[in-house]
Amino acid sequence: MSDHHKETFITKYIFCQDHKMIAKQFLITGMLMAVVGMLMSAIFRVQLANPGETSILYNLLPGSWLNEAGVLNPDKYLALVTMHGTILVFWVLTAGLSGTFANFLIPLQIGARDMASGFLNMLSYWFFFVATVVLVSSIYVESGPASSGWTIYPPLSALPQAIPGSGTGMTLWLVSITLFVVGSLLGGLNYIVTILNLRTKGMSMQRLPLTIWAILFTAILGVLSFPVLLSCGLLLIFDRSFGTSFYLSDIIINGEMLHNTGGSPILFEHLFWFLGHPEVYIILLPALGIVSEVISVNSRKPIFGYKAMVGALMLIAFLSFIVWGHHMFMTGMNPFLGSVFTFTTLLIAIPSAIKVFNYLATLWRANIRFTPAMLFAIGTVSAFITGGLTGLILGDSALDINVHDTYFVVGHFHIVMGLSAIYGMFAGVYHWFPKMYGRMMNKHLGYLHFWGTFICAYGVFFPMHFLGLAGLPRRYYTNSAFPMFDGLSDINSIITFFALAGAVVQTIFLFNFFYSIFKGTKATQNPWKSNTLEWTTPIERIHGNWPGEIPSVHRWPYDYSKPGADEDFIPQTVPLKEGEKEH
Amino acid sequence: MTNILIALVAILIIATLVQITRVSELLSELKNQDVNKVTDKDNKTQGVLMLVVGTGFMVFVLWQLVAWNHLLLPPASSVHGAQIDSLMQVSMGLILVLFFILTPMLFFFATKYRGRKNNTAYFFSHNNKLEVIWTVVPTIVLTGLIIYGLKTWDITMNADTTNATVIEVYGKQFQWTARMAGEDNLLGKSNYRGVTSKNALGIDMEDENAADDKLAREVHLVVNQPVLLKFRSQDVIHSAFLPHFRVQMNCVPGLSTKFAFTPTQTTTEMKEQEGQDFEYILLCNKICGAAHYNMQMKFVVETQEEYDTWIATKITLKEKLLTQK
Repeated sequence: MSDHHKETFITKYIFCQDHKMIAKQFLITGMLMAVVGMLMSAIFRVQLANPGETSILYNLLPGSWLNEAGVLNPDKYLALVTMHGTILVFWVLTAGLSGTFANFLIPLQIGARDMASGFLNMLSYWFFFVATVVLVSSIYVESGPASSGWTIYPPLSALPQAIPGSGTGMTLWLVSITLFVVGSLLGGLNYIVTILNLRTKGMSMQRLPLTIWAILFTAILGVLSFPVLLSCGLLLIFDRSFGTSFYLSDIIINGEMLHNTGGSPILFEHLFWFLGHPEVYIILLPALGIVSEVISVNSRKPIFGYKAMVGALMLIAFLSFIVWGHHMFMTGMNPFLGSVFTFTTLLIAIPSAIKVFNYLATLWRANIRFTPAMLFAIGTVSAFITGGLTGLILGDSALDINVHDTYFVVGHFHIVMGLSAIYGMFAGVYHWFPKMYGRMMNKHLGYLHFWGTFICAYGVFFPMHFLGLAGLPRRYYTNSAFPMFDGLSDINSIITFFALAGAVVQTIFLFNFFYSIFKGTKATQNPWKSNTLEWTTPIERIHGNWPGEIPSVHRWPYDYSKPGADEDFIPQTVPLKEGEKEH
Repeated sequence: MTNILIALVAILIIATLVQITRVSELLSELKNQDVNKVTDKDNKTQGVLMLVVGTGFMVFVLWQLVAWNHLLLPPASSVHGAQIDSLMQVSMGLILVLFFILTPMLFFFATKYRGRKNNTAYFFSHNNKLEVIWTVVPTIVLTGLIIYGLKTWDITMNADTTNATVIEVYGKQFQWTARMAGEDNLLGKSNYRGVTSKNALGIDMEDENAADDKLAREVHLVVNQPVLLKFRSQDVIHSAFLPHFRVQMNCVPGLSTKFAFTPTQTTTEMKEQEGQDFEYILLCNKICGAAHYNMQMKFVVETQEEYDTWIATKITLKEKLLTQK
């Protein structure tokens, strides 16, 4: 397939159909967007710690976002929060994470030369790229970008009179997200088809690495739920531009009486969260897959309870479709419906608990090799425990009354979804960097990066639980308008300090990444002594992955430290010895 | 000037990182080993760091629990609020117990089982008995928690409202208005098309129930008297959040929502407990525009006599709209 065609600069680096290059395109775009999103959070954290003051960081913003005194305008604070959420949820942790590792790992780990359709795969990136351009350009629109929160609830998002960001900025947001959904559907279908059809000889489903299982469920979730977001967005476009009333009813805004009647903003919320909740797992599952692989390799031990891990992933994926209402307990929905969603939501704790116990059992009596990837994998498990537990409060409708939409929620999802997923992403980058670029990332910088990030991240997000329990709502430009929150300014300062420090620490990673692409030490073929198929490919990238025949698979991927073996790992390509049981 | 300084700092940071990388590469060249190979020494350092930072994390959490203990939910001042708080205590207790078991376990394992060159890991791929235990036990615990949660939810949501005083809370960017139902305890009908500068809530004055309704910019409640709040919004979604009463409900344009509760502590009593600055506050808790952060209304809980004095100072809608021209 690949041996004969010539690659030009354009087909190799730009309109490339090789899954490995597409993965890198996703990764680098995702990283750039992560920097943008992180800077936005740094800026609004500065506003929260020092409300009403100016800051050097505000120089990064368009001038019209500040008032004469150089202070951030309240509606632009909301614009920053909205764009931060949108970028991190969709651009970094969906496209950046799934796009990178699904593309990179699926063909390499199942033993395929490329994705089922290289062309669709390329299109998926370029749709994403155009979506990125549109979203970034919306920041520079005169009235500002979308400002109604990343959940863009109408009527706020539908009416430019309600907030300036709901004008052109919101239109661009909707265009961008539409392109994004198209891109992610093209990618998702490709992932599913490839995993089901292109596995090499011997690679039965029971022998798939957990990364691939996780990516498979992620892709299924995406294919089933993103179209709902698309239709949800289309109806909003209709309401905004063509005078329909799907989401609007009985509104007087700025003294203007609108004609719309009969619509319901709650319909929007149902449609949005029907994607929105599976989206949480679209973000989390690939990270858990990566972490399973990294923990097993670096513990030099099989992942504990492989079948239970797959079962737990499946159960989480299924349940994620029937819990969306827990985002809407306070919308006035029928209390009985609230009960149903409480029940289904709390059930997710069971497969989650299984996963945590299995990770712990994998570490028990291991021989842990602390690569930077392993540190981040342990960080993911820690974040998953810390953040997952507070879900028991938020999922319980009666308790949600007092923490709904407060900083408790912000702390919860940043830890369980944000940190777990971003740690998983870092683990993946450190682990597969040698495969991506043929070079190693610097270990010492990796250690520094992990500890800096780990300490700062808990410093940012753990105190938020207390703010939330004290009743502080999220998305407040400042909490100085309420005397009851006066005592919270110290906590806000602590959070901002750690947020800024954490942002600085990320430069270590960026430096390490780009430096190592060009100057890192050369990688050996299988630097982590791993069992999976990607490490049987040559170090130099070739289109088609294996120069000769695709290897056959004879065992599961987790034969580490198996008694009776010569080394502490047995690659999947090694046939079972006579009388050897599979596991 | 500042920009130049920032640029200088950035350059210095990058230069430092390059030097760190170079030094680590040179050192390992001297020792004749691969710089990025994880050695036993690395495992020891990182393993110990796991224990140190893990312990530090636990201490940090404990410190927060002690130092910020007063923030763990403001005192509840409603009948159902007390029930919610018991559920919260049980859930919080469970969470903390699990947190203080699982997290130390994770860091302890990381330290204890750090790699050594001559060690071999224990091949342990699954154990059905263990797995059944840690599936069944969480299931049982959760069943209890779910049942307890649903009971509390039921008590909260299905409160008896037959004798409740009816009050409408009306939200618009960025202001709350309250409408007391008057002596008949019935709110007059309303329609957004009837909104004028004078009739800000669009009340239908043809409806005889509307005549004795009264508008106010703060809400007064009688202690231990059930109240039924009905919510409307004029423009975007707002959320009426009364943290001390454990009450929250969205206000949605085109839709009527409600929440019933019984306040149990007067403002005066709360001032004695919490300090003289204390007030019951209704906050907006759903992003609603630029001034979302400052959309509030005061609630006052008082005795029947105090309430009667206050309500007498308010004029009815009939007086406001029909007689005053």
